Amino acid sequence: MRNVLTIAGREIRSYFASPVAYVLIAAYLALAGYFFYALITAFNTSLQIYSMMRNPEMLSRFNLNEMVIVPLLHNMAVLLIFIVPAITMRMFPEEKRSGTYELLLTSPVRVGEIVLGKFAGGLVLVLLMVGLSSFFGVLLLLYGNPEVPLMVAGYLGLALMAMAFLAIGTLISSFTDNVVIAYVGALFALLVLYTIGWLGETIQGAGAAVIKYASITEHFQTLLKGIIDTRDLAYFVTVLVIGIFLTQRSVESVRWR
Amino acid sequence: MIEVAKLSKRYGDLSAIRDVSFTAQPGQILGFLGPNGAGKTTTMRIITGFMPATSGTVRVDGFDVFEQSAEVRRRIGYLPENPPLYNDMAAVPYLRFAAKLKGMGRSAIEDALERVVQTCGLGGVQSRLLGHLSKGFRQRVGLAQALIHDPPVLILDEPTIGLDPRQIIEIRSLIRTLGTQRTVVLSTHILPEVSQVCDKVVIINEGRVVLEDQLTNLTRTRSLEEVFIEAISRDTVDGARAATAAEEEA
Repeated sequence: MRNVLTIAGREIRSYFASPVAYVLIAAYLALAGYFFYALITAFNTSLQIYSMMRNPEMLSRFNLNEMVIVPLLHNMAVLLIFIVPAITMRMFPEEKRSGTYELLLTSPVRVGEIVLGKFAGGLVLVLLMVGLSSFFGVLLLLYGNPEVPLMVAGYLGLALMAMAFLAIGTLISSFTDNVVIAYVGALFALLVLYTIGWLGETIQGAGAAVIKYASITEHFQTLLKGIIDTRDLAYFVTVLVIGIFLTQRSVESVRWR
Repeated sequence: MIEVAKLSKRYGDLSAIRDVSFTAQPGQILGFLGPNGAGKTTTMRIITGFMPATSGTVRVDGFDVFEQSAEVRRRIGYLPENPPLYNDMAAVPYLRFAAKLKGMGRSAIEDALERVVQTCGLGGVQSRLLGHLSKGFRQRVGLAQALIHDPPVLILDEPTIGLDPRQIIEIRSLIRTLGTQRTVVLSTHILPEVSQVCDKVVIINEGRVVLEDQLTNLTRTRSLEEVFIEAISRDTVDGARAATAAEEEA
């Protein structure tokens, strides 16, 4: 455990010692802010139009959660698909290139501790980003009346999604000593994971059920509806555990090949 | 103590080292010599547990590198060919990180830091970023990293490369001091360095040990250069070419 913290600490320091962390956080928040602004503006415009039409039935269907928060969280999840690989791409390739991999692997540290430390370091950065983006939710709370439990479940979903993305990115970064390959590989894997649900809609039978279960969006959507179901939590935890376990195997295989 | 027995490493069809065997005793500095590409780095990486051998065994202080890897790694200080430095860290935080990885306690770390900063001559660069240091200082920080936990076994892959003459003298005398109680394996191209520092010589060529003896036995009648060139020429198909290459190197 102490070794995990040592490695995670170095990882976090390295993100913040260079402009990397700041650039990633700024890009993420700026784009999320832009999405938020666009969604709120659209919401306001349609609200005004329907108010003028004096249609109380339509007006009662207007819902801040459905029209602003859910699409915002979706967009932020897509942003994370591009940003998380930028966090994970350096994890292993940089160590291999600079030779520090030799220091890590010849120290009395378990491979699992190295992997967990690197993952934990990335996790701090990712959760910081998700946490900072909850600012938009707070703004809505101050000036509107969104349903808080729904919002909390949605942000929880985003955080779990970010965690799963990070585990996959970490795994792919352990395969290579090249940052470009690590980035594109992770981007590819995350995009497939995010869009695999589309296939489920076109095919029938058991295959469709499997694809539906494998699709990360499916589980994210349940959380966006405000439903915190252990089945969905189990899905995210499974992705996380498999990702970290395979990373450990992959790093160890490099050592004993 | 290091016992290397019948160590081989193959990459597919390519054989990096074949049946390498030698032993290094405590209180002894073993000079590990050979032309470029002879398998020195591969052998050292196997001893430190960084990579596995295809066959053969290595025992460090009685512990097997494969079976009791953690025990071995705790006892070894390793300076790889390229010093394993994080360029975005300053020297002292880096050494503190290395010490923690090696399982040292908080109070022991501060004492050890003071000791290695002193012995490796790092005063004045403690808070400089490693990426901004000269080759010589990088080499010395790498050495400090290998020494920080005061290991009984030291594996040094070309420790004096990139140093200026004054630093070379300092580091050599440091290694001599370290070698009085520890087991030291030192790889190098520089033959005079071996004559000055080492007690025992192992010469490796094309992945095989061609000579293992005490330095005093080898240099009784001839110079180390002659011994080296003879050892690697006898072994090579194109002996003359290797001899010239080695001469240029020396």
